[in-house]
Amino acid sequence: MTFDFGAVLAQWPLLLRGALVTIGLTAVSALVGGAVGVACAWARSEGPGWLRWIVGTYVELVRNTPFIVQLFFIFFGLPILGVRLSPTFASILAMVVNLGAYATEIVRAGLMATPRGQIEAAESLALNRWHIYTRVVLPPALRKVWPSLTSQIVIVMLGSAVCGQISTEDLSFAANLIQSRNFRAFEAYLIATAIYLGLAIGLRRVLNWAGPRFLFGRL
Amino acid sequence: MVDFTLWDIVRNLLLAARWTVVLSLIAFVGGGLVGAALLVLRLWGGRRSHAFVAGYVQLFQGTPLLMQLFLAYFGIALFGIQTSPWFAAALALTLYTSAFLTEIWRGCVASIPRGQWEAAVSLALDFLEQLRYVILPQATRIAVPPTVGFLVQVIKGTALASVIGFVELTKAGTMITNATFRPFTVYACVALMYFVLCFPISAWARSLERKLHARR
Repeated sequence: MTFDFGAVLAQWPLLLRGALVTIGLTAVSALVGGAVGVACAWARSEGPGWLRWIVGTYVELVRNTPFIVQLFFIFFGLPILGVRLSPTFASILAMVVNLGAYATEIVRAGLMATPRGQIEAAESLALNRWHIYTRVVLPPALRKVWPSLTSQIVIVMLGSAVCGQISTEDLSFAANLIQSRNFRAFEAYLIATAIYLGLAIGLRRVLNWAGPRFLFGRL
Repeated sequence: MVDFTLWDIVRNLLLAARWTVVLSLIAFVGGGLVGAALLVLRLWGGRRSHAFVAGYVQLFQGTPLLMQLFLAYFGIALFGIQTSPWFAAALALTLYTSAFLTEIWRGCVASIPRGQWEAAVSLALDFLEQLRYVILPQATRIAVPPTVGFLVQVIKGTALASVIGFVELTKAGTMITNATFRPFTVYACVALMYFVLCFPISAWARSLERKLHARR
């Protein structure tokens, strides 16, 4: 058993590009998926009955099917309906849809923990519904569920390794490309895995830092 | 060209879904056993075994399951053993499951008040007796809902085994798509079957959780 990590590391520009694509996919889908989650959480707790039902169905459908099937359905299935998507866009769409559903449930848990009195206090200050939601209810709710939301974003980032299967040029795709060139499959995947681990740890740190700073203020 | 009816598609997918179920059960039972062993090691052992289990959990929770599957698939071959997608998928999913279950269960044990351990010690029970008679009966009750909930993650995780060539529900979907050129219908059916498999378990986990909180 001999290893040749040098042969893989010599291809570092590919790995770097792949890692950057993975970071980009994650950043976009975290922002949009988070927004979808906040909007759907509002719809599911405050919206009219039919909207609650639609959002509830969306959440359950996504949470009870594998990400890879969602991705294949979007990338291979939707073109039949005349929707043609690039691999990158299909990946982002699948990640947004996926994260959105989980974020809905997570944010909703935070919303439900808001004391009734706070909303009444805001109403008595003549704030409108939009301000009550965005200024009074949402920030403490996000603060409460931020650790769960952070974990979910990391899970989505790790899950995005599947996107290489539809030829999105992410980190897993780079590893695949390298092993098809030099047949060092184990080494290529081991190095890619190590980079994923680094990305996961780094992403967690960034989110822990960014949440209090930009979303809900320090305690 | 042969025409495929919807029933042809569904029947073949159902046949493949059996392997999704079998692989899920292997991973869940195997992962449960390994996870339990790791839990005992973490509770019993010294600082070194503590660090080992923590590292193990971090490693499997911080890397993509897909990469773990690839590493198992190509890693087994390095030992000169004839590898099969079956064995690689079962191994990778078992280890992945064990890391999550041991972490879930550790949380449940940690939620048992310290006084319970101290009371057990003062009754002169040895470590295994403390676990067996005092801690586990209480921790198990808390552990059941999240463990059932994690079963859903395992079932969904088996879909990735399709990538290393294990023919289960998702792989069958891809193969049928290549034969029928009807990806929309086929993947919709695949998704629906996963839903039928997973949704009752999710609902069950939720109701277990509600009951647990109601009793407190």
